[in-house]
Amino acid sequence: MSIAQKKSIRIFSNESLEEGVYELWLEAGELVASARPGQFFSLYCRDGGRLLPRPISICEIDNNKKRIRLVYRVLGKGTEEFAKLKAGDFIDCMGPLGNGFTLEGKKALIIGGGIGIPPLLELSKQLTCEKDIVLGYRDVTFLDKDFIKQGNVYLVTEDGSVGTKGNVLDAIREHNLSADIIYACGPTPMLRGVKEWALTNKIKAQLSLEERMACGIGACLACVCKSSSVNHHTNVNNKRICKDGPVFYAEEVIL
Amino acid sequence: MGNLDKIGKNNNIVNKNITNKNINLDVNIAGITFKNPVTTASGTFGSGMEYGEYVDLSRLGAVTTKGVSLEPWPGNPTPRVAETYGGMLNAIGLQNPGLDMFIKRDIPFLRSHNTRIIVNVVGKTTEEYCQVVERLSDCDIDMLEINISCPNVKEGGIAFGQDPKRVEAITSQVKMFAKKPIIIKLSPNVTDISEMAKAAEAGGCEAISLINTLTGMKIDVNRRAFVLANKTGGLSGPAIKPIAVRMVYQVANAVQIPIIGMGGIMNGEDALEFIMAGATMVSVGTANFINPKATEEVIDGIEAYMIRNQISEIYDIIGCVK
Repeated sequence: MSIAQKKSIRIFSNESLEEGVYELWLEAGELVASARPGQFFSLYCRDGGRLLPRPISICEIDNNKKRIRLVYRVLGKGTEEFAKLKAGDFIDCMGPLGNGFTLEGKKALIIGGGIGIPPLLELSKQLTCEKDIVLGYRDVTFLDKDFIKQGNVYLVTEDGSVGTKGNVLDAIREHNLSADIIYACGPTPMLRGVKEWALTNKIKAQLSLEERMACGIGACLACVCKSSSVNHHTNVNNKRICKDGPVFYAEEVIL
Repeated sequence: MGNLDKIGKNNNIVNKNITNKNINLDVNIAGITFKNPVTTASGTFGSGMEYGEYVDLSRLGAVTTKGVSLEPWPGNPTPRVAETYGGMLNAIGLQNPGLDMFIKRDIPFLRSHNTRIIVNVVGKTTEEYCQVVERLSDCDIDMLEINISCPNVKEGGIAFGQDPKRVEAITSQVKMFAKKPIIIKLSPNVTDISEMAKAAEAGGCEAISLINTLTGMKIDVNRRAFVLANKTGGLSGPAIKPIAVRMVYQVANAVQIPIIGMGGIMNGEDALEFIMAGATMVSVGTANFINPKATEEVIDGIEAYMIRNQISEIYDIIGCVK
């Protein structure tokens, strides 16, 4: 039996970080011991008409207090419901799910875009090597202060209101950043750009992908991505993001 | 009415002598006994490997596998699923690893559990269906479910399931190659599902399963675009249950062969609706995504109902609502 059974978990806190972005601390108990950066939790709505779990990445793991922090953006009716939850409420969760990041390298370049930024925080905390951290936003920033303790942080916004104007690759070029390992999470166009840049510069890269999911455990084959070789499980050029991922090496996937 | 009389008598005469020790959930289809009437809806449970981490597979009456084709199929582009209120749309496109890997990996896995194996079969042509059926006939499985009702693939699938003549033709052709009992899985996307059921029965199948998903669509008004890459998808989940129960009832009145009913079953009570409408077995599908233990809980729910109502035999309530 998997440790990640569906269960009702007590909420320690659920607060707004920025407009439309929330941080949820779960009283995760023993689950913290198995949780790794890059893994996710499936969160279920109370409204019985909203059937499917919402996959939310782990942002932080507090081993002492046995709490897990999830940061999510309100995007639809399901996350609107989550935003209304209060400390002391319970939420149905299943997790931790997925593979998570592999900690490696001597000099890491950590690249996050938008709501892809949260899973990189726990990763940054666990990586002991030298770290450059590039965080890209549309306009308003969030979580950036949490990253300052973890490495050299470079901010970039589409409108130029904070940091470099443009995208994460503009910031990387502006600051002439390099590394022997890249970790990235964000929208697919960003990951596509990061993958190309990593391959051009011959830098190993781990990318965390996202797709609409149903089961969250690898059975339904909803959340697949194209893979460069035949996958051992699916026997076609598809990998399951929820089960084989969400983190893949750049050369494994076609974006 | 006979069955209802019996329930009443049991309640009056024998007080609480029926417990979970002596209720009989055995059902029989084509001479094969299933220890209870609960299986999985094809495509929602893989070949059981992933759900084996959440469910005791040996408790299930049967595992019905995801559709398997002769060669590996890559399926449709993503997004492949979308939630709709009370249901979900899927357009997976029958992605599967192909028959060779299925036979080598999935059948032995399932055989290591004490459950029946129903293999769902898909193909692009009649010949392909027949080839898969022929090869599976020599494998250690219990029954075959022929999917002529998938709404998400261009070739095969539903193309065979919307015309009674084609339903009868493919059923009889598949039967020529099958050494195992055949279930024909019907689509609800037809004018009269009982015509399709009669055609399948005339073709010689041993059982009918219904319903597959209803073709639906969802539009993202902000992007002014279809949510699914396939534009349309199959609607499943509690939203379709009343339609499915009605169709099971219609088909039960149209054919003599057993029915496996499905469509939005979330719990024991939902399953009992199908059973009372005439289904000998039921399949749990979308519910697995919401609750990975749904199959076991459906069995528990049926048992609890039977004990509460002092019904010793599941057959006493199959088709009891006329």
